[in-house]
Amino acid sequence: MAIEKYEDLNSVQLDVLREIGNIGSGNAATALAQLLSRFVDMKVPEVCLLGFQQAMEAMGDPENTVVGILIRLTGDVEGIIMFLLEEPFAKTICTTLMGDHPFSLLELDPSDMSVLNEIGNIMGGSYVNAIANIANMLIDISVPSLTVDMLGAIMNVPIVEFSQVGDKVLMIAEQFLMDGVEIHSKMLLIPTVDSLETLLEKLGVC
Amino acid sequence: MEKIIVGISDVKTCREPSELVTYALGSCVGICMRDGVNGVSGMAHIMLPDSTAIQTDGNRMKFADTGIELLYNELIKLGAVHSRLTAKIAGGANMFGSVSNTMNIGERNVIATKKQLEKLGVPITAEDTGLDYGRTIKFNSEDGSLLVMSSLKGNKTI
Repeated sequence: MAIEKYEDLNSVQLDVLREIGNIGSGNAATALAQLLSRFVDMKVPEVCLLGFQQAMEAMGDPENTVVGILIRLTGDVEGIIMFLLEEPFAKTICTTLMGDHPFSLLELDPSDMSVLNEIGNIMGGSYVNAIANIANMLIDISVPSLTVDMLGAIMNVPIVEFSQVGDKVLMIAEQFLMDGVEIHSKMLLIPTVDSLETLLEKLGVC
Repeated sequence: MEKIIVGISDVKTCREPSELVTYALGSCVGICMRDGVNGVSGMAHIMLPDSTAIQTDGNRMKFADTGIELLYNELIKLGAVHSRLTAKIAGGANMFGSVSNTMNIGERNVIATKKQLEKLGVPITAEDTGLDYGRTIKFNSEDGSLLVMSSLKGNKTI
């Protein structure tokens, strides 16, 4: 079946996408846990097909200041991985790896910035590797790019990109938990429509 | 004062003194238009520059050209007088700098916005556009002031 827009996906395909999210973020969580020597768990991933306004609101208060790490996927799957970290999560990572020090998102130290960028790189890499392996595909990832800003303004980037093909955006979203506490951090896989078809075809559910 | 929220790719107008608010503009542009004499105001929140460049289902509020035209027509319908209309614009940032392969959509949105306002003959009296940070904007329809808020760069009124 040809998938021309996100709405064409059936429930089996959505389940497969959820499982892809599960495998990808499971790997990413493991990588993070090893780096930090802490227990990192995750919730069941959500596959959401949302209008622009809903997509922005689903992530939380649009004016909330967060760290956004953007990784671009090219090759057999094209799209975006977006990593959204709230201050407590970012602080835990930076103080665990760099020792206890004052930390504020509003005055982010360049060394903290590079730590977070590298964490994004490692987690994005683990996520993509896992998917590429099970689907037997080649997926390249870009160098991550980091910014600290309003959540809504960061979410503008994937939303605007996908607005050129329709009025909805598909996100496979994963919420991470550290030491059993729900520290807000989300990882989003946002594939293009064409890539979805390739991906599902490779997994035999197209 | 009543608060009116303008969503993504949305247009809202008001006749009574109100505050028109749109949250967290990234590469999107917020366009405020006002007839200062009879207090008719409106705001558009556009995402993309050009409706003719993209085949789509025709959400006119999504694009600078059609969205601003819609805003303009709505205001005229509410009794605004063309010669008294002025505009203030904000947004059009380039989030994430160079990794964004959208060919700096923010800058293109600002250019398309200015082009359409010029075509409609509505002068821009103030702007806060470009650079690399998000903005929340609040337009006071009573005095025409536009409050631009950001998380890292502070607030200003234009």
